Amino acid sequence: MTVWIAIVGASVIAFALKFAGYTVPPSFLEKPRVSHITTLLPAALLAALVVMQTFTTGSQLVLDARGAGLVAAIVALLLRAPFIVVVVAAAGTAAALRAFAGWA
Amino acid sequence: MATPSDPARRAVIRQGLSVAVATGLYGISFGALGVASGLTIWQTCVTSLLLFSGGSQFALIGVLGGGGGVGAAIAASSLLGVRNTLYGLQLTPTMAPRGLWRVPVAQFTIDESTAVSIAQDTLPNRRLGFWVTGIGIYVGWNVMTLVGALVGDAIGDPKQYGLDAAASGAFIALLWPRLKSRQPVAVAIAAAVVAAALVPVVPVGIPVIAAAAVAVVFGLLTRKRTTDAQQPDGTIL
Repeated sequence: MTVWIAIVGASVIAFALKFAGYTVPPSFLEKPRVSHITTLLPAALLAALVVMQTFTTGSQLVLDARGAGLVAAIVALLLRAPFIVVVVAAAGTAAALRAFAGWA
Repeated sequence: MATPSDPARRAVIRQGLSVAVATGLYGISFGALGVASGLTIWQTCVTSLLLFSGGSQFALIGVLGGGGGVGAAIAASSLLGVRNTLYGLQLTPTMAPRGLWRVPVAQFTIDESTAVSIAQDTLPNRRLGFWVTGIGIYVGWNVMTLVGALVGDAIGDPKQYGLDAAASGAFIALLWPRLKSRQPVAVAIAAAVVAAALVPVVPVGIPVIAAAAVAVVFGLLTRKRTTDAQQPDGTIL
């Protein structure tokens, strides 16, 4: 029973947090200063997601096969490879290093 | 009808689906870990259906599986969910959901759907990216949660297929086209440094919010520069 309380409680709060973002009036978001900030946000959020996804495990900074995968992705981007090739290059590099070189 | 936007739309769909596949497959990990943490198969699947936010879900079962209380489990999960509020703010002009339509839009608002959406140039493509990625991950994540809960670790760790690195590759590929003028480059570098520096010292989930704060501060200190590329000598601050 306590597990159900935890699941439902966490789900209700999670949904409320998601929903809250959509309750801000558009007029506020259209102000020049606010819209300047919101055009800068994607770069910040995406950069942070790259860091979190690649270099962290829980609360630890780590360097493992994901880092090599990221390098492979950047090389693919420099070569103007399409999106899917970039993703596969990252995955393939990490998978190969783990399988054949014993990387974490 | 062959409009110039068709290849662009197909590209958005490909982006969304490849992110959805890589992320959705990770549902196996959650399913297996949920059952290993003492949840029933049914409880594990309901968590993916209702909570639907990877980090929050792993935090919830992590605390429960480690013997933590209900309050601690909910708190850890919710702390990770705060960034979704920020994503909703960011996506409001794009999705402009009204009334009950806000319910599915809110439920599909996660890291990946936001990342694919905000990376697109036009409004229709931003919407398309959100729906393809959000629905694709919702379906894949829930199906794979069930598979993981049923078969446990038999399929193996998604890491062995490099799926965690696939997500890294997807995020950098989404960021890449934005790094053409100075302001976003400066913001991206500062946000990455701040997020990395905070990882060891603040709870999981906070670094992304701090990265957003970097953009806010930067935005308050600078002016919009639509001609950034033609003004290499302009001041940033």
